[in-house]
Amino acid sequence: MAVNLKQLAVEFEDPNKIGITSGHRLCPGCAAPMTAKMALMVAKHLGYDVVVGLATGCLEVSTTIFPYSAWSVPYIHNAFENVAATISGVETAYRALKKRGKLKREKPIKFIAFGGDGGTYDIGLQALSGAVERGHDFLYILYDNEGYMNTGNQRSGSTPPGSYTTTAPVGKKLPGKPQLKKNIVEIVAAHENVYAATATVGEPIDYMNKVEKALNFEGPSFIAVLSPCVRFWRIPNDAAVSITKLAVQSKYWPLYEVEKGVYRITKKPRSFKPIRDFLEQQGRFRALLSRPDADKVISMLQDYVDKRWERLLALEEATKDKPAR
Amino acid sequence: MYKLYDVLVALSRQFHRCQGWKDDRNRLRVLQRVRCVRQCLSSEGHRYGTGNQVPRGGGVAMVETKKLALTGAEAVANAMRQIAPDVVAAYPITPQTPIVEYFSKFVADGLVDTELIPVESEHSAMSAVVGAAAAGARAMTATSANGLALMHEIVYIAASLRLPIVMPVVNRALSGPINIHCDHSDTMAERDSGWVQFFVENAQEAYDLTLIGLKLAEHPDVQLPVMVNQDGFIISHGVEPVELLPDDMVRSFVGEREPVYSLLDVENPVTFGPLDLYDYYFEHKRQQIAAMEKVFEVFPKVVEEFEKISGRRYACVEAYRLDDAEHVMVALGSTCGTIKDVVDELREEGKKVGLLKLWMFRPFPKEQVQRYLYGRKSVVVLDRSASFGAEAPLYAEIKSALYESPTKPLIGSYIYGLGGREILPRHIRQAFEAAINGDLLADGQGYLGLRE
Repeated sequence: MAVNLKQLAVEFEDPNKIGITSGHRLCPGCAAPMTAKMALMVAKHLGYDVVVGLATGCLEVSTTIFPYSAWSVPYIHNAFENVAATISGVETAYRALKKRGKLKREKPIKFIAFGGDGGTYDIGLQALSGAVERGHDFLYILYDNEGYMNTGNQRSGSTPPGSYTTTAPVGKKLPGKPQLKKNIVEIVAAHENVYAATATVGEPIDYMNKVEKALNFEGPSFIAVLSPCVRFWRIPNDAAVSITKLAVQSKYWPLYEVEKGVYRITKKPRSFKPIRDFLEQQGRFRALLSRPDADKVISMLQDYVDKRWERLLALEEATKDKPAR
Repeated sequence: MYKLYDVLVALSRQFHRCQGWKDDRNRLRVLQRVRCVRQCLSSEGHRYGTGNQVPRGGGVAMVETKKLALTGAEAVANAMRQIAPDVVAAYPITPQTPIVEYFSKFVADGLVDTELIPVESEHSAMSAVVGAAAAGARAMTATSANGLALMHEIVYIAASLRLPIVMPVVNRALSGPINIHCDHSDTMAERDSGWVQFFVENAQEAYDLTLIGLKLAEHPDVQLPVMVNQDGFIISHGVEPVELLPDDMVRSFVGEREPVYSLLDVENPVTFGPLDLYDYYFEHKRQQIAAMEKVFEVFPKVVEEFEKISGRRYACVEAYRLDDAEHVMVALGSTCGTIKDVVDELREEGKKVGLLKLWMFRPFPKEQVQRYLYGRKSVVVLDRSASFGAEAPLYAEIKSALYESPTKPLIGSYIYGLGGREILPRHIRQAFEAAINGDLLADGQGYLGLRE
C-alpha cells in the first residue's frame, strides 16, 4: 500500500492532529520537523498510536522549552546518547504491561525514536546497536544534518569531507575534515532481522512509504533521513527540499533500503548530476571550493559516490532473492 | 543435599574469616555460627517455597518463618523475584553479577514473568529503566562500581524525573587502579544525585530494605529512586541465614505501582524530560529537595508496616549499646557487624562504648544522628571511601551535624577498607582506644589497616 497524499491532506487538515504542532522554535526552513511530521502522519494514518523518544538535539530543545511542548503525542527525552535504550525500555514496558493485563487497549502503539547524527553516528551508536540487536519493535529515525548543529556546527562522524565546521574548519593549511561520512545504514543493516533505509525530505513519497514499511516490519527498523540544517549548510530557508533532491540526483544520498539483507534501490534517477553541483549550492563548501586543492577533494568525492552507486547496483542484483533469514 | 552444601559454604566462610586470627575465642565463634546456620535452614524441599501466613493472636498476621542460607546477592534476587517488577534491565559486573544471574534464572525457569532487557551497558540499563518507569512500569536494575559510574548521568535524570526505581548496588572500589573488592567510593559518588541511599549490615537487611525501599520509592509523597547498598563480596557473596517472607505477603506489601503519569496513556499525552532553563529549573530542584524531606515522614510508616509482617524493626539509624555510651563509633555497612563484636568486648572490659549504624545515608538523618550523638564524650567516624582533598563523606556529615551540639564531643575520622582491605577487630579497637584516650583530632584523618 502506497501512501496516498490526498488522503493524508484530508486526514490532517487540522495540523494539531499530527502529533507535533506549530509554535516550536526550530529555524524557518529546518527539515527536522518535516521529518517528524511525515513519520507521525503515516503512523496515525495506519491506525497506530505513537509514543516518541528524542535524543538531545535541535528537535528536542526547540520543541519542549518548559512550560511549553509542541508534542501532542506522549514524548520522552532522557539524554543525548541513549534514545534507543530509553525507547527500548518504553517498548518493553508496553509488552510487559499488556502481558500482565495492566494495559487494556485495542489500538496498537508504535514507538519512534528520533535522533540527530551526533546522537546516532557518534555518541548514541552503542545504545542503537544494542537496541537493534535485542530486537525491540521500534522505529529509529535519524535526522541527519551532518554535524553538531544544535551546538553551533561542529564536526560529527556524519560530516562530509570539506564541509566547513568549527572543529574541522577549512584553514590556511588544512582543507577541513579529511574523512568520509560513516555509512550508518550499512552498520545498522549488519544486525540480524532489521529493516534499514535511507530517505530524505525532498522525496516525501519515498520517505513515507519507507515509514509505512518500517512500522509494519516485525522488529527494529531504521531510516536515515538526510535533513538539511539551513543555518549551517548556509542555504536559503526554502532550499531544504531542492538541495536534498539534488543530493539524490548527484548520488550523494542514494535512496535504498535493506530488508533482512536484501538491497533495493528505491529511486534510480534517469540522469545524474555531478557532485560539484551539489557542493556549489551550499555555503558550507564555499571555503573548500575557493582553495587551490578543491578539485582534489571534489574528484575524490565524485569517485566515491560513483563507486558506491555501482556497488549498490551490484548488491541489489546479488541479494534480490537471498534474504539473510 | 543443598542444605549440606549451604552449611559447608557457611562454614568455610567462617573458617576463612578466622585465618590469621590469633585468639581462640574467634575460632569458637565459628562453631556458634554453625549452630545458627543449622537452626535457620529450612526443613522443606522447595528452595524458595512460598510459605504460609499463619494468623496469630493480636490481629497481626505472623509468618511461619523460613530461613535459608543465602548470599546477599541471592537474597536480593529473591526480593526482586517476589516484587516481580514489570521490567528489569541489567548488565553484569563483578560483584553484582550473581544478582542478575539468579534473576535471569528465575525468569528462565518461569518463577517470575518479568520482561528482562539484557542491555549492552549500564548506561543503557539505567536509560531503559527510566523509559520503562516513565511508561508506568515497575522497573529495576542493579549494578556496582564502574557500572554505577557509567550510569551516573542517568542516575541524576531518573531522580529528576521522579521515577521510583529501586536499584540494589553491590559496593566495589571505583577504578583506578581497577579493583573488584568492596569500598564505598562508587555509591558516595552518587550521594548528591537525588536518590535515597540505604546501607545494610547483612544479607537479611539487604533483602528487607529492598522491599522497604520499593514501597518508599513509590509512595505518592516521595516518588524518588532508591539505592540499596550492600558491601561487595562480604555481603553479596557471603552466605548467611536469611528469612524470606512468603511471596504473597511481599506482593500485598508492595502492592501495584500507581504511576502519576505514563507514556502509555496516549489519551493524556505527557512530555517527559523537557528543556528546563533558568526560569523553571531552580523551582524544580526545590521540589526535589522537598521530596527528599518527605522521606522522613513516609519512611517511619513504611517500616512500621514492614515490622507488622516481618517482626523486624528498621529506622534511619540503629543504636547499638548507646544508652550510657560515652564513646560512639559511627559507620555504614557490613563493618557494623564487626564493630558490634568489638563493642561487646570493650563493654566486658568496662568501657562505655557503642555504635551508631546508619541504615539511611540519603536523605541524611541529621535529627536522629544528633539525638544519639549529643552529650557524648567522643565520636569516632569510620569511612570506607575518601574524598581527596577534603574530609571523608560520612565524617563530613557527622561533623556538620554536631555543629549545633550544646557540648562539643571530641571527634575523629578514620578511613579503612579501601579496595577491599580487611578490617579486623583490632583495627576497630585501635580507633575506640584513641577515642577513649582522648587522642582524636577533629581536623585529622587516621587510617586503619594501612601500611605507612
